[in-house]
This record gives sequence, C-alpha cells and structure tokens, in this order.
Amino acid sequence: MLTIENVWKHYHGHSVLRGVDLTVRPHEVVCLIGASGSGKSTLLRCVNLLETVDDGAIYLDGEEITAVRTDPDDVRKRLGMVFQAYNLFPHMTVLENICLAPRKVHGTGRAEAERQARDLLARFGLADKATAYPDRLSGGQQQRVAIIRALATGPRLLLLDEVTSALDPALVTEVLGVIRELKEGGMTMILATHEMGFAKEIADTVCFLDGGVLLERGSPEQIFTAPREPRTQEFLRSVLESRRL
Amino acid sequence: MTQQVDGWVKSERQVERERQRGRRAFRSGSVASASTLVCLVALAALVTNAPGWARVRETFFNVEAFTEALPDVLSGFWTNIQIFLIAEPLILIVGLLIALVRELKAPVFFPLRALAVAYVDVFRGVPTLLVILLVGFGLPALELQGVPKDEVTLGVVALTLSYSAYVAEVFRAGIATVHPSQRAAARSLGLGHGQTMRYVVLPQAVRRVIPPLLNDFVSLQKDTALVSTIGVVEALRQAQIYASGTFNYTPYLVAALLFILLTIPMARLTDHLAARSQRRRGA
Repeated sequence: MLTIENVWKHYHGHSVLRGVDLTVRPHEVVCLIGASGSGKSTLLRCVNLLETVDDGAIYLDGEEITAVRTDPDDVRKRLGMVFQAYNLFPHMTVLENICLAPRKVHGTGRAEAERQARDLLARFGLADKATAYPDRLSGGQQQRVAIIRALATGPRLLLLDEVTSALDPALVTEVLGVIRELKEGGMTMILATHEMGFAKEIADTVCFLDGGVLLERGSPEQIFTAPREPRTQEFLRSVLESRRL
Repeated sequence: MTQQVDGWVKSERQVERERQRGRRAFRSGSVASASTLVCLVALAALVTNAPGWARVRETFFNVEAFTEALPDVLSGFWTNIQIFLIAEPLILIVGLLIALVRELKAPVFFPLRALAVAYVDVFRGVPTLLVILLVGFGLPALELQGVPKDEVTLGVVALTLSYSAYVAEVFRAGIATVHPSQRAAARSLGLGHGQTMRYVVLPQAVRRVIPPLLNDFVSLQKDTALVSTIGVVEALRQAQIYASGTFNYTPYLVAALLFILLTIPMARLTDHLAARSQRRRGA
C-alpha cells in the first residue's frame, strides 16, 4: 500500500533521514521506535507531504506522491494524521472540528457529516462532548477527538505521531484503547511511539530508527526479545531502565 | 465566597481569616479616599490661586462662548462621525485584503504581492496629513472624469488609503501568531491554502487583533479632524471659525471635549476586550 524508497531529508546541512526504506501492507500496523530526534516524526511528515523529501520516493497505492506534479491536497485527502499536541482548532466545537474536512474537502452534506461524526463520537465514548470546545476537554479526550477528526474522512492510512507523549499515564490508556479498536477494524497505521509495551502488543512490524537510519525491522517478538543490532539492544536497555517497558 | 458548598462548613479559623481580610480592605479603601481628597483640594487651590488663573478661565473656560459655539461645533462633529463610520468598514476590508494578498505564496501572485508590499511601505511612510492634502487638492486638480469633487468623499478616500496600510499590518501580525501546527493540522486534513486561511487561521487571528484594531480606530476618530485642511467644515473647523472671530479659545475646548467623549467609550471597550481575552487564555 505504501512504499518508502531511499528517502533522505536534511535540515540546515544536517541529515534527519538517511536513506530510509519501508513497505506497509494493507491492514498492517507499523510502529516506529527510537530516541527523540531519530527521525520518526520527520518520516511521518514526509509521507503526509508536510515535508518535501530531499531524495528518494514515496508511493501510495502504486502512485508516486513525491513527484513534483503531485497535488499534495489530493494525497492528504487519502491520509489521516494525528499529532502529539492534538492540534484541535480551538475556535470550533468538537463536532465542527470533526465535520470541517468531510464538508469542505469531501463535499459531504452538513447533516450527513454531523451524523457520521456523532456515530464516531458515540463509538469512542464521547457522545456528550459534541458541542464542547476543545479547552473544556481533558488531554485524553482531546486526543481521541483528534483521532476521530482524522478518521472522519475515511483515510486509507493513518499516521500517528507520538499521540500519547503529551498525556499523563492515566489518560494514555484511553487513547491506546482507541488505537487498539482501530487495529481490530483493520485500519492501516504507522505509529511513531515511545510506548514500548503498547508497540509490542499492537504492532505487526516494529522498526527501530537511529540517527535517521532504519537500523532494524522485524516482528515485535524478535525486536523486543532478540534484537540483532547493538544500538537496538542499547536503546531497549535504556528504555527498560527508565521503566517504560 | 458566601455560597455554601456541599458538605463544607466554614471553620472558625476561616471565619477569623475573612474578618481580618475585611478589616484590611476597609483600611486600604479609607487611606486611598483620604489621600485622593487631599490631592484634589491641594491641586484646586494651587490652580485657582495661580496669578494667571483669571485670564485662563476667561480664554478657555468661558461659559458664554461655550454655549454659543456648542450647537455649530456639535453639528460639525456629526461630519466627523460620518467620515469615521464610512471609513472604518472600508479600512477593515482593504486592510484585510492587503494582508491576505501578502500571504499568497504561489508564483502567479508575485506582482500582486509586490504591489501590496509597496502599498504598505508607501502609505505607512507618508504622513496622513500629506495624503489628505494630495488626495483632497491633487485629485480634483487632475479634472479626470469620475473623480469625486466632494471634500468629505475625498477625505474618506485619503483616510482609507492611509489607515489600510496600518490595519493590513495588524492583520498580518495576527495571522503570524496562529501556531504553524494549526496550519499543519488543517493541511493534513486535505484543506487547501485558501480553506485553511478561511476556516482555521483567520477566525483565530481576527479574535486576537481586535484590541489593536480598536486602538487604531481611536486614532482614526481623532484624525478625522485632519480633513478640515481640505475645506470640510467639521468640528475643528467650526471651532476655528468661532475662535478667530472672538479671540476666545473656548470653542476649541468644546471640540476637544466632543472628541474625548467619543474616544473614551472606545478605549474602555478595548480594555474590556483585552482583559477578556487575557482571562480566556488563563482559563
């Protein structure tokens, strides 16, 4: 479904991604792990075309989306993205946040968009928050709304960028519950995450990034129990010591 | 503070604490009132006993001249209000358009963008009075067809040209304060540049710039007096006519009072809105 081929990205003469290759199959859940600054977020932003790649190519459903003539808006219509800091629109209610893209980008009628939004809110236990403004919600609730907002356009692929990093531990659980449910529904996802326990549970494939290089990829069992690369071993040991696993 | 919360009975310690706070507040209030009174009395005594006070009162605070000039200055002031009411919406529209043009990034729009930059540079740099003189005397002198001859219209045009440059910059500053992550979120949903501006960036930006915009409008209210230079008989000009006839400056004071009466509500509204957005950010 998604193929990333030898992607490079530099900022101010410093390489953030150094020739990354990655393939994502339909219904696959890929977890990107690695220290902060290893390039996880940048890779997601490149797929979404929020960043332009400096070399290499990305294919979505066989079409090269990094081609110069590609319309980024057209690609983003087919992708959903959720950010670490939720990025809800503060001047809109929960319902308006969710309905904006279906109505203005996909041309769904108001009534239909609102009905679908309310269905999604009910499914994730937020039915009573439809008319609330984001600043009246907890962090966990805001992030669940952000996920629903990304889902409302029916994306082919969901990109989740450290979606629990800004939440306190009690609220992480409710957001992870939503992602778990999406996996059961067969959603294709790429997650950049620091939640190793969760990655171990939910991922079909785990990729370890280090200094912009995709150093090791494998099943969660292999990566977490028998990592081959010394850098992966070192990273997992440090995570273990900080009791995040 | 007086309302009862479930299961909470005010402890004796809290009752005593509130009594002490009340005493302290009363003492602060008394001290403030007393010192204000003393200052006012001292100031009044100083001013009225000053050697030139009689002449000052005669020249600036002449009751007779005041009542005589008031009706005409007031009707002149109505012209100021009309100019202000027409110019303000025009300035908002032109200013916003210029700000939006400067945000257009596509290469096709380069000439438009360059024009907008030049516009702001020129009209922010030239004194408002000079713009009014150029438009008020210069435009009709061209004797072109379709150019208005009416001084009030020309005054409105000149004020709009000058103030739109400032207001455009205020809007642009507001747009810049909206965090890039908001744009990223909107674009990631597939919204284009224009849609992102319209639905996500502008609504947030406009809310933030309301206090500085009102500040510019207070300034505009005063600058309507500048159109007197091209022959519009408004409040200042009326006052001038009276003053030059009688060598008494009280009519100027009448005009000044009217301007103050107009700007004070605007200033309080600005304070109120600023305080409200402060509270919201804190919440």
